[in-house]
Amino acid sequence: MAKVLMKGNEAIGAAAINAGCRYFFGYPITPQNEVPEYMSRELPKAGGVFVQAESEVAAINMVYGASGAGARVMTSSSSPGIALKQEGITYIAGAELPCVIVNIMRGGPGLGGIQPAQSDYNQSTRGGGNGDYKLLVYAPANLQEMVDMVQEAFDAADYYRNPVLVVGDGMIGQMMEPVEFKPYVSKYELAEKTWATDGTKGKRGPNIINSLFLDPAKLEDHNVKLQAKYKAIKENEARAELYNMDKAQLVIVAYGTTSRIAKNAIESLKKEGIEVGLIRPQTLWPFPDRAFESLPESCKGLLVVEMSMGQMIDDVKLATSCRLPVEFYGRAGGMIPEPDAIADKIKEMLGGVK
Amino acid sequence: MAVVFQKTRGLTDVQTHYCPGCTHGIIHRLVAEALEELGVLDDSIGVCPVGCSALAYDYFNCDMHQASHGRAPAVATGVKRVHPNNVVWTYQGDGDLASIGTAEIIHAAHRGEKITTIFVNNAIYGMTGGQMAPTTLVGQKSTTSPYGRDADTCGFPLKVAEMMATIPGAAFVERVSVDTPANVRKAKKAILEAFKCQIEGKGFSIVEVLSTCPTNWGMTPVDSLAWLQANMIPYYPLGNFRKPEEAK
Repeated sequence: MAKVLMKGNEAIGAAAINAGCRYFFGYPITPQNEVPEYMSRELPKAGGVFVQAESEVAAINMVYGASGAGARVMTSSSSPGIALKQEGITYIAGAELPCVIVNIMRGGPGLGGIQPAQSDYNQSTRGGGNGDYKLLVYAPANLQEMVDMVQEAFDAADYYRNPVLVVGDGMIGQMMEPVEFKPYVSKYELAEKTWATDGTKGKRGPNIINSLFLDPAKLEDHNVKLQAKYKAIKENEARAELYNMDKAQLVIVAYGTTSRIAKNAIESLKKEGIEVGLIRPQTLWPFPDRAFESLPESCKGLLVVEMSMGQMIDDVKLATSCRLPVEFYGRAGGMIPEPDAIADKIKEMLGGVK
Repeated sequence: MAVVFQKTRGLTDVQTHYCPGCTHGIIHRLVAEALEELGVLDDSIGVCPVGCSALAYDYFNCDMHQASHGRAPAVATGVKRVHPNNVVWTYQGDGDLASIGTAEIIHAAHRGEKITTIFVNNAIYGMTGGQMAPTTLVGQKSTTSPYGRDADTCGFPLKVAEMMATIPGAAFVERVSVDTPANVRKAKKAILEAFKCQIEGKGFSIVEVLSTCPTNWGMTPVDSLAWLQANMIPYYPLGNFRKPEEAK
């Protein structure tokens, strides 16, 4: 299929429908409104259902119901709205149901602003809701990758029976880029959803969707089972792009839009004879720890760049066991890091660790 | 020997955890019988709430989905939109539906979701140990209204059936009670009507059932029924508030 020029939020909707998503429950919030708008327009044409819920809380609980009923289902929102969805997300994780959630992040805390940010890293990777659970979190850096990851997200959700989060900052949602909907071969063997609540038809015992275990021993067993699943996700799904790593004196760690700005900084530094690498996590959880095992010997330190006040930096320190100095450069509140500012920070670090 | 009465197939053999004298058992039976008699039990999906009936998924012999506090109508919306030909229903208490879940119940009705809600009003939070609910009567003592509900600071009890009847998408709204055999029969009829309303695609349906909580009211089961008759029915009048032909 030929490439088409699409806005990020609309590409998300198109990718979801392409992936077989037929149910979408959403609530308006900037800067992701084009996702529900696109779904309200396009889902009925594909035989699907769009419902504008009364709140983000209701929307995620509709997702909970539809997922339990066996459907491929998605919701999208932006930071404060995703915060509201945490109740439903922990239930969905607890009940081991698949769904895809998209967060087009904006600045916080509180009502914050509507401009691009990456300040929901902790909310995305540390659970967000109550209890011990994890989401598989994809972080695309361009619209083609967004489209590909949304497709894969539905399969991964079904395969692991776990909610999958796709995070983009407002930039990813609002910009336009050419995308191609390529023929897709799933890497997962997906089982039939025999657990779904679609009526017993008198042919089987009742299916029950539930996250309640009043017996402490049973709840502990459930948690142990969940952890085994998360371990498998960690082993199978962690992913990162490595860029210009061979002779890197320093390595930048950045994801999403920020990684693209970091690449600009890396290219301009190259012209000055300074080699800087990039590790770009494509999954935020599981964090691509293994990418940090192969840092070149030339590497003297790491610079984490985020559109936040510093959240992913903790995972970088954990992944490197603090073997090397890890510094941070970030902008927040909708301010975007400039390549020159990143380059200056790199030069400052090289001056400091000679 | 002719069988004149037997346990409905709509209930499992699991022993319920409900307190002695609690009327949840009767209401469970009525819902299960209605589903069986309408021939939709095997096509039905129930959504149970947080509260005393949180474990109802073990008691009903059909597919069940356990929802978070107040969100059952949203969960049921998700289920029903995926399976529009199945009978989808919620079973919710007054803390769940009339307090934390007001947005979800009002908007499910507002959208005219073709689901049925069984709303059990016992004027108190049962599962958590007898705290004040939006439905607790003025002067009624609870663990969080130890001096009796003060209308000045806590407001007057919420009349859910009357409120739901103002919503255009609510096609069937009735309040019943299970305090006497005659009222149990009327309750059964209303529950049947509510499910029929859904099956015929006429819109949202809700049956409010006045129920007792002997444990948290601190009364015997018999005294509880008398208290319901003397105090609840005068404030929460029984009857139909909306029939499909009246719905707009």
